[in-house]
Amino acid sequence: MTTNEALINYCLRLGDSSLILGQRMSEWCSNGPILEEDIAMSNIALDLFGQARIMLTYAGKIEKKGRTENDLSFKRLEREFLNNLLSERPNGHFGDTVARNFFLSAFSFHLYSALKASADEQISAFAIKSLKEVTYHLRHSAEWIIRLGDGTEESHTKIQDSIENLWEYTEDLFAMNEVDKILIKEKIAIDLNTIKPLWNKTINEILTKATLNQPENSFMQSGSLDGMHSEVLGHLLTEMQFLPRAYPTAKW
Amino acid sequence: MLNLKQYNKEAIWKFLSEVPDPEIPVISVVELGVVRKVKVLTEKVIITITPTYTGCPAMKAFEDDIISKLNDKGIENVEIKTVYSPAWTTDWMSDEAREKLRKYGIAPPIKGTEDKGVLFGSDSKIVSCPRCKSKNTTLKSQFGSTACKALYQCKECLEPFDYFKCI
Repeated sequence: MTTNEALINYCLRLGDSSLILGQRMSEWCSNGPILEEDIAMSNIALDLFGQARIMLTYAGKIEKKGRTENDLSFKRLEREFLNNLLSERPNGHFGDTVARNFFLSAFSFHLYSALKASADEQISAFAIKSLKEVTYHLRHSAEWIIRLGDGTEESHTKIQDSIENLWEYTEDLFAMNEVDKILIKEKIAIDLNTIKPLWNKTINEILTKATLNQPENSFMQSGSLDGMHSEVLGHLLTEMQFLPRAYPTAKW
Repeated sequence: MLNLKQYNKEAIWKFLSEVPDPEIPVISVVELGVVRKVKVLTEKVIITITPTYTGCPAMKAFEDDIISKLNDKGIENVEIKTVYSPAWTTDWMSDEAREKLRKYGIAPPIKGTEDKGVLFGSDSKIVSCPRCKSKNTTLKSQFGSTACKALYQCKECLEPFDYFKCI
């Protein structure tokens, strides 16, 4: 694998994870539990789409096959998507969404903090810019984790269940392969083992504050680096890709 | 063919300062800090812009409005380039622009109060109500009517208002 091939793969990982979570968040638009949350979740979706655009455009550019951000978003199949498994988890109830976003935004927060120093200018610019937005996303989900965990008996039970149910997808966030090896050597990517303790610390601090328990690792899901997803991604893509596939010549 | 070199940069910047933000029409794209660079070549003018937020839906409107303004001024060939570095910051907004925001009913960003902590309480700031100027206000939501704003409410006059987030 060449450095350029590794870089394309890496950009797709970053771009796809933002895109798929963005699509999930946009599913809340007009379905939020209260107006403020509806607006908040739609805003988060927008930020994520913006972040995805930067990375997918860049991936298309360095691939040199003429694929645009739209081609990459709307004309790939499940197995070609490299988003982490957690980002595709269905919204479930509000607590499920909050728990998923909490794990993910804490991960992005630490990842982008480290990628600010990437030797690749575009990845560094992406990380600096996205970090400003992800800080708000983390704050939003962390506040809700505390509010629900330290809330009523019902909200406490529900959010604890959400955390337990999603925990098995968190290990996949830190998976690495040949791509990472090549890019770490070039100082483009970072060793995810270095941010894992930071992520754990953030999760632990907030869960403790929320009077919630951090689950133990038991069976942990994996596969996103090889494009192995659960069936829910297919359903998500069916909706997301419908229009450009049904009307390939459609324009804004 | 028209030689665009007849337009100096200052003239182009002046034209651009006539392009309002599509969502906050009291300030221009120049005052907002979205326009980063103007380059005049013989055959075209290149305008470099940067988004406030990566997903800002107004970006396309910024591009279209800039092109149409320059077209109106006789500059046909305009190229828009988007850059992400250096990342846009509210610090680029002039005091004059901040005052315009306040008069329009949007509390301007308070310099140096970027939200860095994970929790609300970790960095508190006092946002004055743009209507009654009371400092007795409360944050309702980190996310407001557009990506760049948060929702506050004044406890004195009870009016809700937008605060332009400091990033």
